[in-house]
Amino acid sequence: MTLVLKNVSYTFKNKGKQHNKVIASLNMQVNQGEFVSLIGKSGTGKSTILKLVTGLLKQDEGEISLNGKSLTLGDVGYMPQRDLLLPWRSIIDNIMIAAEFQKELKITREDARNWLDRVGLIKYENALPKQLSGGMRQRAAFLRALLTGKDLLLLDEPFGALDALTKKEMQSWLLSIWQELNKTILFITHDLEEACFLSDRIILLHPNKKIEEINVNLPRPRFSDMLHSTELAGLRHELEKKIANETNKKFYSDL
Amino acid sequence: MKQIKSFIQTYSLFIIFASFLLIIVEWLVRSEMIPSFIIPAPTSVIMMILENWRPLVLEHLSATMLEFFIGFLISIIGGVLLAAWMFFSKTVEKMIYPAVLISQMMPIIALSPIFVLWFGYTIWSKVAVTILISFFPIVVGTYDGLKSGDKEYIELLRSMGATRWHTFIKLNIPMALPSFFSGLKLATVYALVGATIGEWLGASEGLGYYSRRMSGNLNAEGVFAAITILTIVGILLFAIMSAIERKALHWKNTE
Repeated sequence: MTLVLKNVSYTFKNKGKQHNKVIASLNMQVNQGEFVSLIGKSGTGKSTILKLVTGLLKQDEGEISLNGKSLTLGDVGYMPQRDLLLPWRSIIDNIMIAAEFQKELKITREDARNWLDRVGLIKYENALPKQLSGGMRQRAAFLRALLTGKDLLLLDEPFGALDALTKKEMQSWLLSIWQELNKTILFITHDLEEACFLSDRIILLHPNKKIEEINVNLPRPRFSDMLHSTELAGLRHELEKKIANETNKKFYSDL
Repeated sequence: MKQIKSFIQTYSLFIIFASFLLIIVEWLVRSEMIPSFIIPAPTSVIMMILENWRPLVLEHLSATMLEFFIGFLISIIGGVLLAAWMFFSKTVEKMIYPAVLISQMMPIIALSPIFVLWFGYTIWSKVAVTILISFFPIVVGTYDGLKSGDKEYIELLRSMGATRWHTFIKLNIPMALPSFFSGLKLATVYALVGATIGEWLGASEGLGYYSRRMSGNLNAEGVFAAITILTIVGILLFAIMSAIERKALHWKNTE
């Protein structure tokens, strides 16, 4: 399961307004079982990349392939920032929804219940989304992406709206599931600490359309007390500098 | 028990106020400060209904209700189909939506004699008025509801391989229900008004016809008896629709 983006370009076409080239000749790769984070300022095209990979958007140029095959809708598991659980469906019906669109996908209610049990939501099997807390809804939304049965999961700032404590819990929880299942994850975040803590590799998107890759050499498995380690703090500091410099340069060049 | 309690809490002030008003009117009429052909005493209206309940209910109310049900049913079926059609085709929307709006700007009462011209004094001239007046809230309620389908939800379902038909069934329809029911409740009341207006213009039975005949005879009790029955029926119909709505949208009301 290797995801490859080769020379990908994408331009937002606004009617009447100036066209906005978000992604230009992008080359990147995510290997089987890897956890890769995309970071970068707003407008650098992070979410656009995920939408291109899902097939919701079509690139103007270049190729996107998974194990050599080009991707279409329904090939990857996608989790947007908002949980987007359908408010009229029970939790179990929400997480099993993909099976209603994909005939070849066989998830039994029993599988779904096992998963709910594992993430501590079995009590809420028949509850409505609004009866759950933010963290619980996010876990349900993750299960929904997981139960699409795809090996590649695209997570667009899944913990962005959670409070700090819940977020820490969810990060450890995500790592434990990822390690066990051998899934490939492409993850967007604005939180540099989160990116360092979770990822094998971080891809930094620059406003000038260039990308920069940073390997995270922290040992696995990782535990939340590593958030305070000097390595992580150093790495985070380095990232911060890279991003901050950029603003200044841009700022001065605009003057 | 709980329902009765909340009913009393919500409506007790109104009931006290209305009773007080009725007592005042009764007193004004009995002390001959208002002549009874202008406003009849509430007790004599009740006596009128009790004494004439056979023709009032069996003959006139049932005629009005028949017109109501035929017109209302056609409005619902036609309105929902038209709204769905406009939702799927931009061309149809651009062509039809203004016409639907304009149909509301027309003074329907002034238009009704045309229906008598077309359909004569048959039931269809009343049904036509009923449809014309109750069609609009259903079309607009359904169409606005269908359009309210959140783009992010649609993208999420499409990323799982959902077709447009899937998203229509699983997302747009459930999301349209609240707005559809608002329209439906309005249409219920309008349809009853429509049937009554239709009868004023030319009929040989029905509560609208009855009240006009009584007005010609300077029989205020008769007019008010018809109005009272129509009001009670209107409240009942509205309550039934609200009950169906609560049942269909139970997910909105769960705590």
